[in-house]
Amino acid sequence: MCATCGCSEGATPSMAGDHAHDHDHSVAHVHAQPLGRTILLEQDILAKNGRLAERNRAWFASRRIAAFNLMSSPGSGKTTLLERTIERLRGRAAVSVIEGDQETLRDAERIRGTGARAVQINTGSGCHLDAGMVADALRALDPPRGSLLFIENVGNLVCPALFDLGEGPKVVIASVTEGEDKPLKYPHMFRACDVLVLSKLDLLPHLQFDRERFFEYARKVNPRLRVFQLSALRGDGLEEWCSWLLERSGPRAEAR
Amino acid sequence: MHELAITESVVEGVAERFSNSRVTRVVLEIGDLSGVVPDAIRFCFDVCAQGTPLQGATLEIVSVPARARCSACQREIVIEDGIGLCPCGSADLAFLSGRELKIKAVEVA
Repeated sequence: MCATCGCSEGATPSMAGDHAHDHDHSVAHVHAQPLGRTILLEQDILAKNGRLAERNRAWFASRRIAAFNLMSSPGSGKTTLLERTIERLRGRAAVSVIEGDQETLRDAERIRGTGARAVQINTGSGCHLDAGMVADALRALDPPRGSLLFIENVGNLVCPALFDLGEGPKVVIASVTEGEDKPLKYPHMFRACDVLVLSKLDLLPHLQFDRERFFEYARKVNPRLRVFQLSALRGDGLEEWCSWLLERSGPRAEAR
Repeated sequence: MHELAITESVVEGVAERFSNSRVTRVVLEIGDLSGVVPDAIRFCFDVCAQGTPLQGATLEIVSVPARARCSACQREIVIEDGIGLCPCGSADLAFLSGRELKIKAVEVA
């Protein structure tokens, strides 16, 4: 009998403390227990989202689409950053955008104003995008092969951290107006991400924002974060950011 | 509040498997670093269970402490503040547990 899940499985010998048999506990399996009517499941709660995310991921890979999940609190400048990124990438890469907000089509309209394709997901009372919503949006958006796709998540530093969308890099954006202790206050988000963008550098002269401390806090939560510092309005750091994005697209996209 | 979506996934997942039974107890395993608040799941559970085979079921939540191994000094530590810093000063940690988000078991009548 399996000591972890209680299943009585085949003839696989198992020593004390050893747990070797041919089923995987990360995969859901059901077996009736002889005692009582307790049924052990070991089922990942987000299994359904995970399956849909893997399907999105495979679809991106087959079309060589580099997909980025942009997350932040509301008002960090995600949409402005996207507008300026799209302008700068004009002629260098095709870009399309999935916009997530609780209500309105405003962000998708702003993106379309730059000439890029965009679809808007309105989550209503929902606080995050999930892999199923992204799959639906992809059908409407039909992003071209070899393109860059940005998924602008609902402005929220909590819930979106938890839901895999099938994207490549997860990017968290924080603006200098938010205070340097954001990474400590929202560690799940900063831990879940691969890339950190510090935005609105043009406002620094008007604030008491300690950049060094901000990055120290961010690295405390996640030492592996790749960092960009930029001002979308003034253009600082945008070229470095765009070069990094372009490196993600094309045949070597999966290598990151 | 993503706990509502999480609770809906739990109810949906269990109801799918046990559509012809009455579920009397559900045991979840939630890691301290999973980003999910057990109390918020409890808050949502009864409402989500209404009209499903889980209606009236007891919800039991088992917390899993967050453990990590420090890549600098190889020490194994328990993370209690959600940030994770080894006493040696390194933040470079390999997480061993704490991200669990599982339906562990159910009891049917």
